[in-house]
Amino acid sequence: MCEVCGCGDPERVSVELHERILAGNERSAAHNREHFRRRGLLALNLMGSPGSGKTALLEATRRAAPTLRLAALSGDLATERDAERLRAVGIPAHAITTGSACHLDAQMVHHALHRLPAIPLDVLFVENVGNLVCPAIYDLGQAANVVALSVTEGEDKPLKYPVMFRVADLVLLTKADLLPHLPEISVERVREALARVMPEPRLLVVSARTGEGLARWLDWIGAQRQALEPLAVAR
Amino acid sequence: MHEYSIASALLDLVEEQARHHAAARVLAVRVGLGELAGVEPDLLRQAFELARERTVCAGASLEIRQVPARWVCRDCTAALPAGLVLRCAACAGPARLAEGAELLLERVEMEVV
Repeated sequence: MCEVCGCGDPERVSVELHERILAGNERSAAHNREHFRRRGLLALNLMGSPGSGKTALLEATRRAAPTLRLAALSGDLATERDAERLRAVGIPAHAITTGSACHLDAQMVHHALHRLPAIPLDVLFVENVGNLVCPAIYDLGQAANVVALSVTEGEDKPLKYPVMFRVADLVLLTKADLLPHLPEISVERVREALARVMPEPRLLVVSARTGEGLARWLDWIGAQRQALEPLAVAR
Repeated sequence: MHEYSIASALLDLVEEQARHHAAARVLAVRVGLGELAGVEPDLLRQAFELARERTVCAGASLEIRQVPARWVCRDCTAALPAGLVLRCAACAGPARLAEGAELLLERVEMEVV
C-alpha cells in the first residue's frame, strides 16, 4: 500500500438499510395472489400440527359442500398420501413433496399451481406441512390463514405458538367428537388462550366425523368468497 | 427449522449489497428481528455461520437487534400489555402489533478496495 496517502488501502463502508429478508418470497406470493385474483379463486392456507385433522377436514368439506368446486395443494415431507386421499374423494389435488423443508414457500406453490387442472374452481386449499412453527412466516399469496387445532393437542397451544395463532384469520378446533372423552379440555379456555395471542379471535368447533360445525365453516368460506375483489366483466 | 432458509435469503441480500459497492469482503451484518417474527436468534446465528462459508460474508459477524412485541389499540392507539387479552381496556378495540414482527436487514459493513 502507498505509505504517503494510503491510496489502495481498503476502505470501510457502512450501509444502512431497511430490507425485508423475506422480500423474495413476498414477490413470489404477490405473483400467486395475482394468479388467484385473475381466476376468481379463494386461496386458503391451511396450517396445523401433524395429525391435527387438516386432510380429514378437507374430505369432510367435500362431503358437506358437493357443489363447491374445490382443489388442493398438499405439502408433505415425504409422501403423496394427503393428495391421494383428497383425489379419492374427488378433490383435484397435487402433492408438494418438500424433502426436508418444514414449510411451503411461495415459489413451491407457484410451481405446483402449473400442475393444477385448468378447470373453473371456487376454493383452493393449500394444505401446509404439518408444523405449528415454520409455515407461519411464509406468505403464499393466500387470502386467509386457517389453523386447525385438534382438541387433543391441549388448550395452551395458542400461548405456546403465538407466532402461528397471531397470523390466523380463523382457528378450527377439530375432532370435537372426542370432547366427551376429554373432560379436562374446555373450549372456553381455548378461546381465552386465543384472545391473548390473536387480536380478533375467531374459533369454530368442528368435527369431520360427525359434521358438527361444518355449516358454519362453509358460511365462513362463503363470506371470504364474497369479500374477494369482483372479477372485471369479461371482455 | 427454517432458519437456514432465512440465513440464505439474508446472504442473497448482503451479497447484492457487496456487489453493488464492489466490496472485497463483508465485515459485519445487522439484522432487526421481532419477537413475533417466528425466527430464533440463536438458530439464525448458527445457520448464518454455516451459510456464510465460501461467500463474501465468510468471517462476517452477525449482530441481531431484538425487537420486543409492542401491541397498541387499533382504534385509540393506547399501548396494551403483552400476555393479556388483546383488547383495549379503554375502548375495547382490537389490538394491532405495532412492532415485533420485523425481519429486516438493517446494516452491512464492507471493505471496499
